[in-house]
Amino acid sequence: MGVEVTERNIESALGDSVILTQVDKVIGWGRKYSFFLYPFITACCGMEFMSVAGPRYDLDRFGAALPRFSPRQADLLFVVGTISHKQAPILVKVYNQMAEPKWVFAYGACVCSGGMYNNYSTVQGIDTILPVDIYVPGCPPRPEMVYDGLIKLQELVQNERSSKWPRGKAQYEPKVKR
Amino acid sequence: MAELRDLVKRKFGASVLDTHADFGDQTVVIAREGVIEVMRWLKEDPAMGFDFMMDLTAVDYLGKKPRDLRFEVVYHLYSLKHNHRIRVKAPVGEDDASLDSIVSLWKAADWFEREVWDLYGIVFKGHPNLKRILLYEEFVGHPLRKDYNIRQRQPLIGPEN
Repeated sequence: MGVEVTERNIESALGDSVILTQVDKVIGWGRKYSFFLYPFITACCGMEFMSVAGPRYDLDRFGAALPRFSPRQADLLFVVGTISHKQAPILVKVYNQMAEPKWVFAYGACVCSGGMYNNYSTVQGIDTILPVDIYVPGCPPRPEMVYDGLIKLQELVQNERSSKWPRGKAQYEPKVKR
Repeated sequence: MAELRDLVKRKFGASVLDTHADFGDQTVVIAREGVIEVMRWLKEDPAMGFDFMMDLTAVDYLGKKPRDLRFEVVYHLYSLKHNHRIRVKAPVGEDDASLDSIVSLWKAADWFEREVWDLYGIVFKGHPNLKRILLYEEFVGHPLRKDYNIRQRQPLIGPEN
């Protein structure tokens, strides 16, 4: 029984060695141009997302064109549209099913903060239930804003250290099991 | 030809509390005890022929006196045969917020009545399956009531935000 060799163990043994940061850079470079996104679309922002993903604005230019309709095959969760309390357990389940590494893109004002719905039914920002990497407010955001967010996410992924992963489950579990 | 509201008043004078035709909309206000009787007549009488229950909802007039006028259940009916419409309103009290279900007349009323129960807490007596339709079952209270605290949170998941 030896010590299991993982990136994390190597990194903790060697510290910020030049070799590993270079490996991280290469991995990050690869990841940032091949997002497989899972569109979790619940509301009107979906209309704007169609425009983002369609040929006019062309998500494929950034290597993020191919939506996977199973969370197990995706690494970028696009949360598009208002998330209600009733929807929240489903969103958490989808997030937990995704394989690491995974990122979360909060698309639109409702997803970032609850937007104009400060009421009994709406989650006041999905960062209260799971980690979020990029916030793009707007009601809905223009495609240009989404691309700005995506490019910022690419920068984030490029500069990530492998020690960040795995990030683990979402911070909240449903109080009521179905 | 007499207006629809006058025909209803002539037939059910005791139940009819008020009628008007503001903006050309035939409207009768009836006591809740008379709802099922009036609705059955509106549906089954050949001259009325209201075969389509278009809408069923409620209004909360919080603070309206006396207290037994707090809520109003509103029905919108349409006759495909005669191409005419009528609006029926029934005041419902705060202490005993209930009235008869009309699911036995129009099946379409099923989900409408569940929605009104879910959001306003008005009980429809005789409804075959009166349970929440939009909110989750663990939800406490009825959020479209005007005295439901706008800041009150009871999430199924996540922090109290």
